[in-house]
Amino acid sequence: MIKGHQTWVFESKPVIIGSAAIGGPFEAQGALANDFDLLHEDIWLGQDSFEKAEKKFMEQACETAIKKAGLKKEDIQFFMGGDLINQIISSSFTARTLGVPYLGLYGACSSSMEGLALASLLVDSKFAQNALAATSSHNGAAEKQYRYPTEYGAQKPPYAQWTVTGSGAAVVSQHGKGPRVVASTIGRVVDMGLSDPFNMGAAMAPAAVDTIEAHFRDLNIEPSQYDLIATGDLGRVGHEIAAELLKKHGINIPKEIFTDCGILIYKDDQPVFAGGSGCACAATTTYGHFISRMKRGELNKILVIATGALLSPMSYQQKESIPCIAHAVSIEM
Amino acid sequence: MSSKKRKNLTPTQQQYQDFAKARELKIPKVKNCVRAFLVGGIICTIGQVLNWVFITYFNFNEKTAGSPTTAVLIFISVLFTSFGFYDHIAQWGGAGTAVPVTGFANTISSAALEHKSEGFVLGVGGNMFKVAGPVIVYGVFSAFIVAIISVSIKWLGGM
Repeated sequence: MIKGHQTWVFESKPVIIGSAAIGGPFEAQGALANDFDLLHEDIWLGQDSFEKAEKKFMEQACETAIKKAGLKKEDIQFFMGGDLINQIISSSFTARTLGVPYLGLYGACSSSMEGLALASLLVDSKFAQNALAATSSHNGAAEKQYRYPTEYGAQKPPYAQWTVTGSGAAVVSQHGKGPRVVASTIGRVVDMGLSDPFNMGAAMAPAAVDTIEAHFRDLNIEPSQYDLIATGDLGRVGHEIAAELLKKHGINIPKEIFTDCGILIYKDDQPVFAGGSGCACAATTTYGHFISRMKRGELNKILVIATGALLSPMSYQQKESIPCIAHAVSIEM
Repeated sequence: MSSKKRKNLTPTQQQYQDFAKARELKIPKVKNCVRAFLVGGIICTIGQVLNWVFITYFNFNEKTAGSPTTAVLIFISVLFTSFGFYDHIAQWGGAGTAVPVTGFANTISSAALEHKSEGFVLGVGGNMFKVAGPVIVYGVFSAFIVAIISVSIKWLGGM
């Protein structure tokens, strides 16, 4: 049911009956290593390219999530996948392996919550019994596509971000036990004219703010109703900007409940510049860390706002600015 | 930002950009310059030592020792790139690793390594000069312009 301008309220409260987070070696050394289902020592996963390795990550995340849900892949009616590689091949090739009816998504790093929102919508509207949402990203593959060769020696600025290697997946179902998806706010594209592809956090912050504002306005609730409000991958720079902008706009989110997946995922001593980014950043943190915490009873109600920068390597070479988007999903135990 | 680019922005966008700029983590320019000086200097010192070795022990003279010295530096750079730690030195040393011949070797070998998965012809062959290509194109072009100027001055009876 729609509420306000852009928020869906899922009356049946679809259940996340299974979720999985798979990570690479850098994530294994990170702050949330314990909440991953599987961590790999080798970023290649025994494959001969980064792209093939990323597909493998997503396949494993999907398999693990389905297994944890106690289902077989035949029980999944729809699969919603998204990633950062050209023509979203990681998702489409995973869909080929799964053999499940598939909808490919591209919302850059916001795809994780876009997928979860759409899966919940399908389940809530009874168009699906069980739906699977997954996203993935790979540091090597993303660097290769968006920036320079991985081994190229270019100095990165301190506000750059580190693409997370891994994948997160969730099975959303009509019945079962687990955290429930209650509402979702679909974001607008916001472009503040920033064009530095290294400074994604600052470019994406206004999009996150726009969606957060819309969420509270549409539902007419206060931020204090949540135990945790997490942005997807704004990093240290973007998160600080978002916090200040929200305050300016009169939305007071207490500091202790407002966080960012890109800041949480790595330890302070890891050389990740301003924090993590990528489709897997919000996905692994939500489906691994947050859901584990909810199951342990530490969190009751959370809001995840996955942010995405909708640029292409060609668009910024053609001097276009970076349009950004954010989608929010509210989950409660 | 250039004023022309700024003119195309709405006042809200301009306001936000100033706001964001003030919160951006600053690039430590002085620290980067010092590190670049050190790393670049060390690489050149290694080159000088190699040069001396080639002259003293290998029957080269001052004019001919340059080529084997460069070849050894290129080899070391490619080796470091292949073992995956040249980029870490570069993140620390910045322009210090980019300017000497080692930086050029790194651009070519890293691109070749990266695109090996697309095959030897379209992958390695097609992408090897992806980063180094512009340097060669504009290097050759500017050398050509300088040569024309030099020849013209001589032809007009100058110098």
